[in-house]
Amino acid sequence: MDISHVDKICKDHGNRQDQLIGILQDVQAQYRYLPQKPLERVSELLGIPIAQVFSVATFFRAFSLEPRGKNVCQVCMGTACHVRGAQRLLEEIERGFGIVAGQTTKDANVTLETVNCVGACALGPVIVVNEEYHGRMDGTKTAKLIEDLKTKGE
Amino acid sequence: MTQILKTGKELDALREKLKKQRESVKQTITICGGTGCHGYGCQKVIDAFRQELASRKLEKEVELRVSGCHGFCERGPLALLAPSGIFYQRIDVADVPAIIEKTVMKGELIDKLLYVLEDGKKAAHEKEVPFYARQNRLVFANNQRINADSIEDYIAVGGYAALPKALAMKPEAVIDEVKKAGLRGRGGGGFPTGRKWETVRKAQPGEKRYVICNADEGDPGAYMDRSLLEGNPHSVIEGMVIGAYAIGANEGYIYVRNEYPLAVKNARIALDKAREMGLIGKNILGSGFDFDIIISRGGGAFVCGESTALMASLEGKIGEPRAKYIHTAEYGLWNKPSCLNNVETWANVPMIINNGSEWYSKIGTATSKGTKIFSVVGKIKNTGLVEVPMGVKLREIIFDMGGGIPNGKKFKAVQTGGPSGGCIPESLLDLPVDFDELTKAGSMMGSGGLIVMDENTCMVDIARYFTEFLSEESCGKCVPCREGVRHMLEILNRICKGEGKAGDVELLEEMSEAITDASLCALGGTAPNPVLSTIRYFRNEYDAHILEKRCPAGACKALINYSVIDKNCTGCTACARVCPTQAAVATDKPAQGAIKGKVNPKLKMHKIIDEKCIRCNMCFEACKYDAVQIK
Repeated sequence: MDISHVDKICKDHGNRQDQLIGILQDVQAQYRYLPQKPLERVSELLGIPIAQVFSVATFFRAFSLEPRGKNVCQVCMGTACHVRGAQRLLEEIERGFGIVAGQTTKDANVTLETVNCVGACALGPVIVVNEEYHGRMDGTKTAKLIEDLKTKGE
Repeated sequence: MTQILKTGKELDALREKLKKQRESVKQTITICGGTGCHGYGCQKVIDAFRQELASRKLEKEVELRVSGCHGFCERGPLALLAPSGIFYQRIDVADVPAIIEKTVMKGELIDKLLYVLEDGKKAAHEKEVPFYARQNRLVFANNQRINADSIEDYIAVGGYAALPKALAMKPEAVIDEVKKAGLRGRGGGGFPTGRKWETVRKAQPGEKRYVICNADEGDPGAYMDRSLLEGNPHSVIEGMVIGAYAIGANEGYIYVRNEYPLAVKNARIALDKAREMGLIGKNILGSGFDFDIIISRGGGAFVCGESTALMASLEGKIGEPRAKYIHTAEYGLWNKPSCLNNVETWANVPMIINNGSEWYSKIGTATSKGTKIFSVVGKIKNTGLVEVPMGVKLREIIFDMGGGIPNGKKFKAVQTGGPSGGCIPESLLDLPVDFDELTKAGSMMGSGGLIVMDENTCMVDIARYFTEFLSEESCGKCVPCREGVRHMLEILNRICKGEGKAGDVELLEEMSEAITDASLCALGGTAPNPVLSTIRYFRNEYDAHILEKRCPAGACKALINYSVIDKNCTGCTACARVCPTQAAVATDKPAQGAIKGKVNPKLKMHKIIDEKCIRCNMCFEACKYDAVQIK
């Protein structure tokens, strides 16, 4: 694994300890998750214990220590989406891919996640696929989304 | 070349120049480029306008502005034309040539893009639309007047005018002005802002101090902070510079949710521009005052909205709160005096300096001054952001501006204050929105999310939903919150599954008391609010679940059944086609329901096999003939 990116990321953040969360976000953007080697490098460069780096990496919802899929499907579970039936859509996607929220399909095609409100409440229920917003979702539209994602994996 | 502004006079001169430039443009089209409208695909509309204007060589005469959120998210994509003031909604890419051809060039209205009023008449201007007409937009007003990424636009509409004014005042006088204005924190606590500033200024003399903007808007259903930071980041920055000057800080942070990529982007652009022009950085406007701001992105933890947890996370640690007997105003970030205010609070500051505390304190109620932005979401016709003076009745917001409940359903409750707040029933809708009134009703102002619920929303499920949310978001540091909230969730899960026992409600109440009293921070301290307020106002629903094993709203999966109303079923097979478990199947009997007035007896009536049904609601959604019922 090429961990030279980590040096650059840390340098961009001025090797500052208080930028740890931002650094981990950039590291995750680079590798699509937080692999062990880059985390160790972050600890070295910033001069903070690896235990602290891991504690931050496991505390925040945004970080994943497992490799994520090619496509990230996020179901908004905010209150506005909840009252408009987000839970059912999540279950439909879980059935569609045979995984539960937080998991990645075996072929590494799709990671399914929940998110606590993306702030697009007028469009609720909202599903965000690779940062693209799909609003006013219902069972039928979700079924199509699942099919589209499956085709992407083929 | 960007001009570096060295004095307030240079800034004024630049403003005059920019104003003239702005006035010289014959027409403008402002497209809402907020996250909501992006969800509707406004980028394509924006591109189409650019192309159309270019191909007609109108770019010089007609300026295209891409602004932040206009607030009327329900009707996006939105466009505002000036000087005519024409307001178009639900615009499609295909409408763009006609808008240029007819409206921009000939001044004709395009009927289908106008907002339809309740009486069927069409409204051509925002002020005729009830959603806008009844608002008092002060903080949010500039959102639709400026390009979200243009500092020049902000300056042209009067931005950064408060800054030199404040810099010419004594810091104590600035604090005094904010105190007299009666501004209270918009993030939820409602703490008097001026008093906080004063404490920070006086704490640890001679030490470094910080100002922080809390843009970690974690309340699900609230998105006014995102819209402000996205659409008018300079108003927040200007507020922060004034605050920093008042308390004597030279460093500031904006802690923003990573789930808001556009807000992060626009805030970054704004800071770079402000730095380039000398509005932040060294010796701001020749005053000798230095101040700069760094953006920190959150990691998606609700608890980080809490001041001590936020500061821990700014230090690069996990977001665990600490006990508050030591105030962050005295020992906050890196143990230095720190002033944390929410996005909307900061955005109020320039207005107070510009117009004076006397003007500001005339808006609102006796104890809650100014305006507040609410996000009205959920089961409501006009989802969006409304800015109203404090003291307006909830009923006015929900029914007059929000347009009431869609699909002829009945209003049941409105949830205010996010996961720490409570549910307010219809009988209290005439309550004025005010920090203290909402607290008295067992809810709270919070950051201003109003989630409207109708007769199909189950209040026990809502309490369960928030408790689940809080149980997941509990940082785990203190036992009452970590274990207590989890046990409350277990009880609520049982009740929703029809396994509730007599005495459960009393147990929940008892636990609530312990959790409220013993938790370390506000997350735990207010965690029982959704449960307590639903018990207080909707006890009958708890009883129905526990004693009769029935969900009156038809929402709790374990307590409902799907069935076919024979006389309505047309045999169209829509339900059978979508059913993932083959629970919806044809019977031998002929269908009785009519398709377009005709019954086709060759089609078979359908039924739902309860043992196979997983209550996914697909058949209910698919049936066009109201033949599927939930009981």
